[in-house]
Amino acid sequence: MRMDLIQPFINAADAVLAETLQCPTKIGDVSMDEEAYRRKGTAAIVNIHGDIEGRVILDLDGPTAAKVASYLAGEPVAENEDLVKETIFELANQIIGNAVTTLNDQGFRFKIAPPELLSADLGEKSNEEQEALVMCFETANGSMYMNVAMRYNRRRRQERSAVAG
Amino acid sequence: MEQFAALLRSKDKQPVRYLVVDDSVFARKNLTKMIETFGGQVAGEAGDGCTAITEYDKARPDIVLMDITMPQMEGIEAAERIVRNHPEARVIMVSSVGYQENIVTALQKGARHFVQKPVKPEVLYEVIKYVLGEDGVAVATAAAGENK
Repeated sequence: MRMDLIQPFINAADAVLAETLQCPTKIGDVSMDEEAYRRKGTAAIVNIHGDIEGRVILDLDGPTAAKVASYLAGEPVAENEDLVKETIFELANQIIGNAVTTLNDQGFRFKIAPPELLSADLGEKSNEEQEALVMCFETANGSMYMNVAMRYNRRRRQERSAVAG
Repeated sequence: MEQFAALLRSKDKQPVRYLVVDDSVFARKNLTKMIETFGGQVAGEAGDGCTAITEYDKARPDIVLMDITMPQMEGIEAAERIVRNHPEARVIMVSSVGYQENIVTALQKGARHFVQKPVKPEVLYEVIKYVLGEDGVAVATAAAGENK
């Protein structure tokens, strides 16, 4: 796994969560996810296409998701309300947008798709070509999990270099 | 949320009117809350670029806060179309995707400024004040406590 691809996502998550939740965050466990991804609660998945391909999942268990949504809405939000999903989507969007900004300024070109709800309990298993890294961010509102699976799209990069050259 | 000196229109001292464009309901709610602390008024909302264009024609807002990544029509294209039809339109792009290329393209297409998400209220306030220029005035209110 190339940490230079992953680090912008970790930095972005740390900065976005600290800014939006107005609290210090701590990066807890970071580990390779060798098993199929097991959803914890409300999870947003964002797919990435271009020089880098892969996906990022932001996942919060039910009570944490409701707590975060309530904090950001400034009023109580129940676990089953749409606003919970919207909140997780927007957080995912901001984290990935900020990471993409860093990677784009480093010369990588790719597009991100709008977040989608990950409804399957069990995701795809990572493989040698696209390993997944899972990390936990501890905040005052609870733990949030981010699962990043990314790989270089060498062919696309070579094509772009050939055109530029 | 922090209170700011109310930003009013210079010509009639009425609240600045905003069009908020973002596909995220959460983001629109968040921006609306900020606008209220700036003493402004939401004149319209849209969840995509196409709706933003029709909403602009209907509401004729003083400021448009426009996201970039949206379904149907992205924010930069919507900003370009709005400015083409209304050269006086003041569009501020508000997006998490803030790489240089994106910012330059948005400015070339007619946007007046760019604010990266997560939005800090004090940054957005200063950008709006800058974009309004002489057409806006900051008036201290009792709630604001002090003139910023």
